[in-house]
Amino acid sequence: MPAIKSLEELKRVREEALQKKKMKATPGNVQVIVAMGTCGIAAGARDTMKSVLSFIESNSLSGVTVTQTGCIGMCEQEPIMQVVIGDQPKVVYGKVNAEVAEQIMKQHVQNGIPVKDYVLPL
Amino acid sequence: MREVALHLMDIAENSVAAEARNVCIEVHENLQSDLLKVIITDDGRGMDAETAKQVLDPFYTTRTTRKVGLGIPLLKLAAEMSEGGLSLVTEAGKGARIEARFRHSHIDRMPLGDLASTFLALLVSHPKIHWVFDYRTTDKNGNVDNFEFDDTELKKELGEVSITEPEILKFVRGLIEEGIQATALQTTV
Repeated sequence: MPAIKSLEELKRVREEALQKKKMKATPGNVQVIVAMGTCGIAAGARDTMKSVLSFIESNSLSGVTVTQTGCIGMCEQEPIMQVVIGDQPKVVYGKVNAEVAEQIMKQHVQNGIPVKDYVLPL
Repeated sequence: MREVALHLMDIAENSVAAEARNVCIEVHENLQSDLLKVIITDDGRGMDAETAKQVLDPFYTTRTTRKVGLGIPLLKLAAEMSEGGLSLVTEAGKGARIEARFRHSHIDRMPLGDLASTFLALLVSHPKIHWVFDYRTTDKNGNVDNFEFDDTELKKELGEVSITEPEILKFVRGLIEEGIQATALQTTV
């Protein structure tokens, strides 16, 4: 891997990202949290996260923070994903496979409408 | 778990939970010695001898949300099923090093799986950790290939820009995927 070349490319990419971010007003701070305990990982949480990341990439979705959390005690509902938009209460989803994650990204993260079928009652 | 790569992700989460600042994941596929070796080293809080013994027990966990731990015992079992084993070296306050060995050609050896996705998921979800990934292969003729990814320069360059900005994500994913693909053994899936 030619390290210097890729570092230069990174600089360019970073500038691009900064400029696009300035241009697009993000509707509040969006946080997507994927549960990554042993239970989550065994149930497919990495594919869930992969799907979230590829949605961000293919839709050029700026301003979304993706993080993880450990086991939250509902292992039977894994993979679990949470969405927090601005100061709205967080929405917890269960059984979020790659397809469901994509649906949540589209409908909830992009358009603000929770995907009711997968929301876990807390 | 269906892949070694998923185990790596799981064990690395332990390092994060142990408040590690630096985590290194090494993967070495060696067809000459017929060995697949994975090593996770961290500088987290480590464990005393008593705890180190307990973590090999599936019913030990530090979590409070569920009563079983499973992570390390599952990896140990997977390694032992393919004539390998697991060793854990740790001391209280001095981090931990977990090594799992598998016989590469063993029929029960779990596939290595999607290393790139594991590395990317860890990078994205724990931006405060200094990650080093080292994937190495040795083919039957002894040709060595490796892909090393240290996120120091990446983080320095990104500054306050998040890794989840689409352009950055594409760049980092491409870098990792290409590096792993170029290193992977031709015969393994």
